[in-house]
Amino acid sequence: MEKKIAEKIIEVNEEGYLTNFSQWSKEIGEEIAKEANINLSPRHWDVITYLQNEFKNEVPLSIRKIGKSGVVDIKELYVLFPTAPLKTATKIAGIPKPASCI
Amino acid sequence: MNEFNGEIKKMMIILSKATLENVYAAFVLANGARMEGIEAEMFFTFFGLEAIHKKKLEHLHVATVGNPAMHMPTMLGGLPGMEVLATTMMKKEMEKVDMPDVHEFLDILTASGVKLWACKLAMEMFHYKKEDMYDEINGVITVGDFYKQGSGMGTHMLFV
Repeated sequence: MEKKIAEKIIEVNEEGYLTNFSQWSKEIGEEIAKEANINLSPRHWDVITYLQNEFKNEVPLSIRKIGKSGVVDIKELYVLFPTAPLKTATKIAGIPKPASCI
Repeated sequence: MNEFNGEIKKMMIILSKATLENVYAAFVLANGARMEGIEAEMFFTFFGLEAIHKKKLEHLHVATVGNPAMHMPTMLGGLPGMEVLATTMMKKEMEKVDMPDVHEFLDILTASGVKLWACKLAMEMFHYKKEDMYDEINGVITVGDFYKQGSGMGTHMLFV
Protein backbone atom coordinates (compact mmCIF):
# COMPACT_ATOMS: atom_id res chain seq x y z
CA MET A 1 0.00 0.00 0.00
CA GLU A 2 0.97 3.64 -0.36
CA LYS A 3 1.47 6.21 2.35
CA LYS A 4 2.37 9.87 2.25
CA ILE A 5 5.47 10.47 4.38
CA ALA A 6 7.40 13.76 4.37
CA GLU A 7 5.44 14.99 1.31
CA LYS A 8 6.30 11.89 -0.70
CA ILE A 9 4.25 8.87 -1.70
CA ILE A 10 6.03 5.81 -0.31
CA GLU A 11 5.35 2.06 -0.64
CA VAL A 12 4.79 0.52 2.79
CA ASN A 13 3.38 -2.77 4.11
CA GLU A 14 0.36 -3.05 6.44
CA GLU A 15 2.58 -2.42 9.49
CA GLY A 16 4.09 0.73 8.00
CA TYR A 17 7.51 -0.69 7.05
CA LEU A 18 8.97 0.58 3.79
CA THR A 19 8.92 -2.15 1.16
CA ASN A 20 11.49 -0.43 -1.07
CA PHE A 21 14.57 0.89 0.71
CA SER A 22 15.55 3.05 -2.28
CA GLN A 23 12.57 5.29 -1.45
CA TRP A 24 14.01 6.04 2.02
CA SER A 25 15.48 9.42 2.93
CA LYS A 26 16.53 11.08 6.20
CA GLU A 27 13.35 13.16 6.16
CA ILE A 28 11.24 10.03 5.89
CA GLY A 29 13.16 8.47 8.81
CA GLU A 30 12.53 11.59 10.87
CA GLU A 31 8.82 11.53 10.07
CA ILE A 32 8.45 7.85 11.06
CA ALA A 33 10.41 8.56 14.26
CA LYS A 34 8.04 11.40 15.10
CA GLU A 35 5.09 9.00 14.75
CA ALA A 36 6.84 6.76 17.31
CA ASN A 37 7.41 9.79 19.61
CA ILE A 38 11.17 9.68 19.17
CA ASN A 39 13.39 12.71 18.64
CA LEU A 40 16.38 11.48 16.67
CA SER A 41 19.75 12.32 18.25
CA PRO A 42 23.18 11.57 16.72
CA ARG A 43 23.22 8.32 18.76
CA HIS A 44 19.93 7.27 17.16
CA TRP A 45 21.47 7.91 13.75
CA ASP A 46 24.52 5.77 14.65
CA VAL A 47 22.17 2.84 15.28
CA ILE A 48 20.05 3.50 12.19
CA THR A 49 23.11 3.71 9.93
CA TYR A 50 24.47 0.49 11.44
CA LEU A 51 21.17 -1.32 10.82
CA GLN A 52 21.03 -0.10 7.23
CA ASN A 53 24.57 -1.35 6.58
CA GLU A 54 23.74 -4.75 8.04
CA PHE A 55 20.67 -4.86 5.81
CA LYS A 56 22.71 -3.98 2.72
CA ASN A 57 25.16 -6.77 3.62
CA GLU A 58 22.19 -9.14 4.09
CA VAL A 59 23.09 -9.90 7.71
CA PRO A 60 20.05 -11.04 9.75
CA LEU A 61 19.46 -8.74 12.71
CA SER A 62 19.15 -9.76 16.35
CA ILE A 63 19.32 -7.96 19.69
CA ARG A 64 22.33 -10.09 20.63
CA LYS A 65 24.30 -9.09 17.52
CA ILE A 66 23.53 -5.40 18.00
CA GLY A 67 24.74 -5.69 21.59
CA LYS A 68 28.04 -7.07 20.33
CA SER A 69 28.37 -4.65 17.42
CA GLY A 70 30.37 -2.05 19.33
CA VAL A 71 27.93 0.58 18.02
CA VAL A 72 25.50 0.45 20.93
CA ASP A 73 24.93 -1.87 23.91
CA ILE A 74 21.54 -3.40 24.65
CA LYS A 75 20.86 -1.12 27.59
CA GLU A 76 21.40 2.02 25.52
CA LEU A 77 19.39 0.58 22.64
CA TYR A 78 16.39 0.34 24.99
CA VAL A 79 17.03 3.92 26.17
CA LEU A 80 17.12 5.23 22.60
CA PHE A 81 14.13 3.20 21.40
CA PRO A 82 12.22 2.34 24.61
CA THR A 83 9.30 0.47 23.06
CA ALA A 84 10.18 -2.54 20.90
CA PRO A 85 13.66 -1.19 19.98
CA LEU A 86 14.52 -3.40 17.03
CA LYS A 87 11.07 -3.07 15.44
CA THR A 88 11.01 0.68 15.89
CA ALA A 89 14.58 1.28 14.73
CA THR A 90 14.21 -0.83 11.59
CA LYS A 91 10.98 0.97 10.70
CA ILE A 92 12.73 4.35 10.97
CA ALA A 93 15.68 2.96 8.99
CA GLY A 94 13.35 1.96 6.15
CA ILE A 95 14.34 -1.71 6.24
CA PRO A 96 12.19 -4.83 6.86
CA LYS A 97 11.09 -5.86 10.35
CA PRO A 98 13.56 -8.48 11.64
CA ALA A 99 12.22 -12.02 11.97
CA SER A 100 14.54 -12.86 14.89
CA CYS A 101 13.32 -14.18 18.26
CA ILE A 102 16.46 -13.16 20.15
CA MET B 1 -12.24 -6.36 26.75
CA ASN B 2 -10.36 -4.03 29.03
CA GLU B 3 -9.08 -0.53 28.39
CA PHE B 4 -6.15 -1.91 26.38
CA ASN B 5 -8.47 -3.83 24.12
CA GLY B 6 -6.94 -7.14 25.16
CA GLU B 7 -3.39 -6.02 24.45
CA ILE B 8 -0.64 -7.72 26.50
CA LYS B 9 1.14 -5.16 28.66
CA LYS B 10 3.21 -7.35 30.94
CA MET B 11 4.38 -10.98 31.05
CA MET B 12 5.04 -12.57 34.44
CA ILE B 13 7.02 -15.75 33.79
CA ILE B 14 7.56 -18.35 36.52
CA LEU B 15 10.45 -20.76 35.96
CA SER B 16 10.36 -23.86 38.18
CA LYS B 17 12.68 -26.20 36.24
CA ALA B 18 16.41 -26.30 35.60
CA THR B 19 16.54 -28.34 32.41
CA LEU B 20 18.17 -26.37 29.61
CA GLU B 21 15.17 -26.59 27.27
CA ASN B 22 12.85 -25.12 29.90
CA VAL B 23 15.27 -22.40 30.96
CA TYR B 24 15.76 -21.30 27.36
CA ALA B 25 12.03 -21.37 26.66
CA ALA B 26 11.41 -19.04 29.59
CA PHE B 27 14.30 -16.73 28.62
CA VAL B 28 13.22 -16.49 24.98
CA LEU B 29 9.66 -15.67 26.08
CA ALA B 30 10.86 -12.93 28.44
CA ASN B 31 13.28 -11.42 25.93
CA GLY B 32 10.71 -11.71 23.14
CA ALA B 33 8.23 -9.74 25.24
CA ARG B 34 10.70 -6.89 25.70
CA MET B 35 11.47 -6.89 21.97
CA GLU B 36 7.75 -6.32 21.34
CA GLY B 37 7.54 -3.48 23.85
CA ILE B 38 5.90 -5.67 26.52
CA GLU B 39 7.15 -5.54 30.11
CA ALA B 40 8.53 -8.78 31.53
CA GLU B 41 9.37 -10.13 34.97
CA MET B 42 10.64 -13.58 35.94
CA PHE B 43 10.17 -15.53 39.17
CA PHE B 44 12.67 -18.32 39.77
CA THR B 45 11.39 -21.01 42.09
CA PHE B 46 12.38 -24.54 43.09
CA PHE B 47 14.79 -26.00 40.52
CA GLY B 48 14.36 -22.90 38.39
CA LEU B 49 16.69 -21.19 40.89
CA GLU B 50 19.61 -23.07 39.31
CA ALA B 51 19.26 -20.84 36.24
CA ILE B 52 20.35 -17.84 38.36
CA HIS B 53 22.72 -19.70 40.70
CA LYS B 54 26.26 -18.53 39.87
CA LYS B 55 27.89 -21.95 40.30
CA LYS B 56 25.13 -23.95 38.63
CA LEU B 57 23.93 -21.85 35.73
CA GLU B 58 26.83 -22.84 33.46
CA HIS B 59 26.16 -26.53 34.03
CA LEU B 60 22.50 -26.98 33.16
CA HIS B 61 21.55 -30.07 31.17
CA VAL B 62 18.99 -31.25 28.68
CA ALA B 63 16.70 -33.92 30.15
CA THR B 64 17.35 -37.26 28.42
CA VAL B 65 15.14 -39.35 30.70
CA GLY B 66 11.38 -38.92 30.50
CA ASN B 67 11.69 -36.68 27.46
CA PRO B 68 9.87 -38.32 24.52
CA ALA B 69 11.32 -35.75 22.11
CA MET B 70 14.78 -37.30 22.59
CA HIS B 71 13.57 -40.28 20.52
CA MET B 72 15.59 -42.80 22.46
CA PRO B 73 14.57 -45.50 24.93
CA THR B 74 14.30 -44.08 28.46
CA MET B 75 16.81 -46.64 29.75
CA LEU B 76 19.40 -45.46 27.25
CA GLY B 77 18.87 -41.87 28.34
CA GLY B 78 19.83 -42.88 31.85
CA LEU B 79 23.26 -44.21 30.87
CA PRO B 80 26.28 -42.27 32.18
CA GLY B 81 27.34 -39.45 29.88
CA MET B 82 24.08 -39.37 27.92
CA GLU B 83 22.95 -36.03 29.35
CA VAL B 84 26.34 -34.49 28.67
CA LEU B 85 26.29 -35.76 25.09
CA ALA B 86 22.76 -34.47 24.42
CA THR B 87 23.62 -31.15 26.06
CA THR B 88 26.78 -30.68 24.00
CA MET B 89 24.85 -31.41 20.82
CA MET B 90 22.08 -29.00 21.73
CA LYS B 91 24.53 -26.24 22.68
CA LYS B 92 26.22 -26.60 19.28
CA GLU B 93 22.90 -26.19 17.50
CA MET B 94 22.03 -23.21 19.71
CA GLU B 95 25.23 -21.40 18.81
CA LYS B 96 24.29 -21.87 15.14
CA VAL B 97 21.00 -20.01 15.63
CA ASP B 98 22.76 -17.27 17.60
CA MET B 99 21.48 -18.41 21.02
CA PRO B 100 23.59 -17.00 23.85
CA ASP B 101 24.72 -19.19 26.78
CA VAL B 102 22.80 -18.93 30.07
CA HIS B 103 25.01 -16.26 31.63
CA GLU B 104 25.04 -14.05 28.53
CA PHE B 105 21.28 -14.52 28.20
CA LEU B 106 20.83 -13.23 31.77
CA ASP B 107 22.95 -10.20 30.84
CA ILE B 108 20.75 -9.58 27.79
CA LEU B 109 17.57 -9.91 29.88
CA THR B 110 18.68 -7.45 32.54
CA ALA B 111 20.00 -4.98 29.94
CA SER B 112 16.59 -5.21 28.27
CA GLY B 113 14.83 -4.31 31.51
CA VAL B 114 13.51 -7.74 32.52
CA LYS B 115 13.15 -7.96 36.30
CA LEU B 116 14.53 -11.15 37.87
CA TRP B 117 13.15 -12.34 41.22
CA ALA B 118 14.24 -15.31 43.33
CA CYS B 119 11.61 -17.18 45.35
CA LYS B 120 12.20 -16.71 49.08
CA LEU B 121 10.74 -20.05 50.12
CA ALA B 122 12.78 -22.07 47.61
CA MET B 123 15.95 -20.11 48.48
CA GLU B 124 15.49 -21.13 52.12
CA MET B 125 14.69 -24.71 51.19
CA PHE B 126 17.91 -25.10 49.15
CA HIS B 127 19.96 -23.04 51.65
CA TYR B 128 20.95 -20.54 48.95
CA LYS B 129 22.08 -17.02 49.87
CA LYS B 130 21.54 -13.92 47.76
CA GLU B 131 25.34 -13.77 47.19
CA ASP B 132 25.16 -17.21 45.56
CA MET B 133 22.88 -15.82 42.89
CA TYR B 134 23.52 -13.88 39.67
CA ASP B 135 24.50 -10.35 40.72
CA GLU B 136 21.84 -8.51 38.77
CA ILE B 137 18.75 -10.16 40.30
CA ASN B 138 16.27 -7.61 41.57
CA GLY B 139 15.62 -9.36 44.86
CA VAL B 140 14.40 -12.32 46.86
CA ILE B 141 10.63 -12.11 47.26
CA THR B 142 7.56 -14.10 48.27
CA VAL B 143 4.93 -15.34 45.87
CA GLY B 144 2.64 -12.63 47.23
CA ASP B 145 5.19 -9.95 46.32
CA PHE B 146 5.41 -11.40 42.82
CA TYR B 147 1.64 -11.23 42.35
CA LYS B 148 1.76 -7.63 43.49
CA GLN B 149 4.39 -6.91 40.83
CA GLY B 150 1.96 -8.26 38.27
CA SER B 151 -1.04 -6.16 39.28
CA GLY B 152 -2.64 -3.96 36.67
CA MET B 153 -4.49 -4.36 33.38
CA GLY B 154 -3.03 -6.45 30.59
CA THR B 155 -0.79 -8.69 32.75
CA HIS B 156 -0.41 -12.34 31.84
CA MET B 157 1.20 -15.10 33.92
CA LEU B 158 3.04 -18.08 32.55
CA PHE B 159 4.34 -21.17 34.38
CA VAL B 160 7.32 -23.01 32.92
